[in-house]
Amino acid sequence: MTVHYTEEHEWIRVEGDTATVGITDFAQGQLGDIVFVELPNSGQQVTKGGEAAVVESVKAASDVYAPVTGEVTEANGALTDDPSLVNTDPEGEGWFFRLRLSDTSELDGLMDADSYKSFCENQ
Amino acid sequence: MTDAAAAPLPLNDWHIARGARMVPFAGYSMPIQYEGIIAEHKWTRESAGLFDVSHMGQLLITGEDLDSALEAILPADLSLLKDGRLRYSLLLNDSGGIVDDLMVTRRDDHFYMVVNGATKQGDIEVLRARLRDDVGLDHLTSQALLALQGPRAVDALARLAPSVAELTFMTGDAFELNGMAAWISRSGYTGEDGFEISVASEDAVAVADLLLEQPEVKPIGLGARDSLRLEAGLPLYGHDLDEEITPIEADLGFAISKRRKAEGGFPGAARILAEIADGAVRRRVGLAVEGRQPVREGAIVVDGEGNEVGKVTSGGFSPILEAPIAMAFVPAANAEVGSSVTLAQRGKLFQAKVVPMPFVPHQYVRKGAAK
Repeated sequence: MTVHYTEEHEWIRVEGDTATVGITDFAQGQLGDIVFVELPNSGQQVTKGGEAAVVESVKAASDVYAPVTGEVTEANGALTDDPSLVNTDPEGEGWFFRLRLSDTSELDGLMDADSYKSFCENQ
Repeated sequence: MTDAAAAPLPLNDWHIARGARMVPFAGYSMPIQYEGIIAEHKWTRESAGLFDVSHMGQLLITGEDLDSALEAILPADLSLLKDGRLRYSLLLNDSGGIVDDLMVTRRDDHFYMVVNGATKQGDIEVLRARLRDDVGLDHLTSQALLALQGPRAVDALARLAPSVAELTFMTGDAFELNGMAAWISRSGYTGEDGFEISVASEDAVAVADLLLEQPEVKPIGLGARDSLRLEAGLPLYGHDLDEEITPIEADLGFAISKRRKAEGGFPGAARILAEIADGAVRRRVGLAVEGRQPVREGAIVVDGEGNEVGKVTSGGFSPILEAPIAMAFVPAANAEVGSSVTLAQRGKLFQAKVVPMPFVPHQYVRKGAAK
């Protein structure tokens, strides 16, 4: 199991050809209180860099991009009832969706935890 | 912003030291939040929140025969404004559009006016151009402005100046806080009971510290200020009000005093009086939005054929109602409470209903009212 990070502050945890996607602790801290999350439907195709979800804080709406191309297999229904899970446990219970990877080589350009940490320090 | 290089406000370092996230606002660096907008919002509704609103323009208007000088500019009946009383009023252009909304207070032989931060330079130009030459207009750039808002604001502030408890909504007086001079009025922008406190910039840190030492008080950022005023149904200049919008369209007809409705004689009176008589074509209304997703400023109001017939000017998630709320301008035919309205935002449609404002009841302490 490996966790990768994007410059758009998404994390992607890969197990085999399945990946779980969410936004990072840094991202939720920047967004503030999350009040709504719009998730993709199961079966939906998402494209690397394309819009996959919308996260709304008290202040503003932000797009969440698919870090890799694939087919969505599951969305986190718990966020519909309690969007604040994104604030309290962004890299655990606050996950957004799971997908089946189309091309694992797309992971190569992503950051690991250490690179992401230094990336955030320079934000 | 023309004054992007404006000097830091007196409490700039004070906010940073207390963990505020600072953002550019009205040409200044201002605190958007401390611990989080929802927590700060709820704290203000339950206890007392301290807001720094030193970006706002504080003006003194001095001279002879000021009532007539100001009545030529504002639609208020100043003959009814007693010493130490505040009135909400509007700076209008000749077409009846709103140049700014403001508070004007009669203080003995002069008037004290508080205008919006982002518009203050323009307001000063308009006032200067419209006031008689013998009327003095001073921009009090060495005054800071704080607001203490919430049901326990009176407990906190009365510990420092007991007689503030005798003020009622929309009245003010001069006080001392630990020996520091303060002009304090019972007023604000949250819908709660509370106070606005004008002090010398050099005393701002000491006064803010004194207030924050009170157990009821936490510092609150601009984020919660915006969500609080939205719940209170209070319009925000530059969003819900602008130079193209008249007071009648904005549902601010109460700012046009009875005598002035009869007599006119203020900028834009022709159009405004006609709208009072015949109704405006569009109106600012409150909307309760179905679902949980906020509909924000910039979303459009559409009719059955998808034509744009109005716009959302403020919108967000109400922390108290735990639901999305908005203010919008809609055609007069759709402005009655209970009307259904369709909104479009980023390609998605939302259903909403016109509801009375405020969304969350005001808690003002009025004269003669039982506590």
